[in-house]
Amino acid sequence: MPGKMKKSAFSIIGTSKTKSLVERTMKIVFFVCGSVAVLAVGAISVYMIISGAPIFSKVGFREFLFSPVWDPNAGKFGILNIILTSLIGTFLAVLIGVPIGVLTAVFLAELAPKPLYRIVRPAVELLAGIPSVIYGFLGLIVLVPVIADIELAVFKNSATHQFTGGASLLAAVIVLAIMILPTVINVSESSLRAVPAEYRDASFGVGATHIQTIFKVLIPTAKSGILTSIVLGIGRAIGEAMAIILVAGNVANFPLPFNSVKFLTTGIVSDMNYASGVHREALFGMGLVLFVFVMVVNIILNLLLKNGGERVDK
Amino acid sequence: MLINSITNTNRKFRPKDFVLKFLIYFCAAVTTALLAAIFIYILIKGIPSINWKFLSTEPSNLKQTVGILPAIINTLYIVVLTLIIAVPVGIGSAIFLSEYAKKGKLVRLIEFTTATLSGIPSIVYGLFGAIFFGTILHLGYSLLTGALTLTIIVLPIIIRTTQEAIKTVPQIYREGALGMGATKWYMIRTIILPSAVPGIITSVILSIGRMVGESAALIFTAGVGAELPKNIFTHMMHSGATLTVQMYDYASRGVNYGQVYAIAVVLMIIVLGINTLTKYISSKMKKG
Repeated sequence: MPGKMKKSAFSIIGTSKTKSLVERTMKIVFFVCGSVAVLAVGAISVYMIISGAPIFSKVGFREFLFSPVWDPNAGKFGILNIILTSLIGTFLAVLIGVPIGVLTAVFLAELAPKPLYRIVRPAVELLAGIPSVIYGFLGLIVLVPVIADIELAVFKNSATHQFTGGASLLAAVIVLAIMILPTVINVSESSLRAVPAEYRDASFGVGATHIQTIFKVLIPTAKSGILTSIVLGIGRAIGEAMAIILVAGNVANFPLPFNSVKFLTTGIVSDMNYASGVHREALFGMGLVLFVFVMVVNIILNLLLKNGGERVDK
Repeated sequence: MLINSITNTNRKFRPKDFVLKFLIYFCAAVTTALLAAIFIYILIKGIPSINWKFLSTEPSNLKQTVGILPAIINTLYIVVLTLIIAVPVGIGSAIFLSEYAKKGKLVRLIEFTTATLSGIPSIVYGLFGAIFFGTILHLGYSLLTGALTLTIIVLPIIIRTTQEAIKTVPQIYREGALGMGATKWYMIRTIILPSAVPGIITSVILSIGRMVGESAALIFTAGVGAELPKNIFTHMMHSGATLTVQMYDYASRGVNYGQVYAIAVVLMIIVLGINTLTKYISSKMKKG
């Protein structure tokens, strides 16, 4: 029906040449606007590959990705430790952040009395809005000294440990865990709220307590939403640079909690200012590796969303 | 399985329930306490450094000042410049998706790429902006390079929020307008756009929030300049640090910690303002 009406509408204006010219122009304008996003993703992919590829042929694919020796001054460009740091750092941040986030989401969706909800909900929103630089700076000022003390206590008798002064993988992981909280909370909360009321009623009806209902009915039902929140958290953590650059220590060590480490992101930011030649190409190579990780996360996310519900983040 | 565990339950005290409930409250408390601690700490440390001179001077060794006026101006400048480019494109894209495009491969491609854009980290945008706008288009380290980079970053926010707003326009309005002989563009101008205004405003506020907090995408595009603009138009070709970049610059060099805290206070106030504003608008939209 609507199609037919449109046709008749257009037949009325078909008599006016100027009108149809404006019509066609606007259609083209909107089409161009619509394709900007596609062009942007295309251009980003192409240029990340063009600028990231040279290092692979210069240093060698295996050498670049699988050698742990990163020493630009000596011409050694192996980023294995840097890749491992990004992966393990992200994994640990998710390990800490997700349980706290999901339980906070349970609190907001199920248990919070109204007055408390009005405090916790805005707190989560503000946490999401704080610029990453502020997290990084606070990490440097507050967290790093505490970790330095712990480090001193733990490695008191170690002869081999290189002291980091607190700037370490552990510090970066804690900052990242805090930064993914809002994402995990928001997405998990809305998926918990989307569980049909009948499920809850049925569970109560057979005599389950509220806590049993939450853990045996609500969370399993909201599983796909919670999984989505985890993947979003991974995406956020793996790409974060400014929040962890001041606390990670910035040395390409193997990622142990009390080692100073270099992430893919922080390596790029810290060296880009002065790097030139092959070193600069290596940084773009790291950018490409990061880009590939992010695209993988995006594809997984897309598959998850296809199987269940809308994207609720942002 | 569920039934079994429930039939065994009596309504007496269940230690497992108690522990889990405690954990839930504990995690919610941790989240809230974190935010409160961050806010209070920054306010206590930062407020003593804020005064009129700090807000109204530029950093200068000669005059012994470390003010943030250039950073404030650069932030405003880059925000306005980005919005001028991104808002029309974003709205146009949303209109194309909801009014022109037929459901099919193209729409799915645009929607997929829009979602992809919001998942790409800032640092990748920073690298891309530096090569594409900075080197290939010869814009160098400039506020324009920064604004073009930010445009891609905020585009998904504007497209999605505007699209949501357009979705709420009843189909019958469109058909009514077209049926009376209005052209499509006339219908969009008079029916679709006015009803999308609240959504567009929300998307602008959200975008401002994203831009104000952005730093990784700006360091290699807009650079770290800290001079006051001499000419409002040529300023776009100068390098300029926004508040966040200025803050990172000081913090990473380990200088001017007082200023760093003070910038943090300014940023937190902006974030607070933006959150309040979004909430106000969305509550108004629900009522209206």
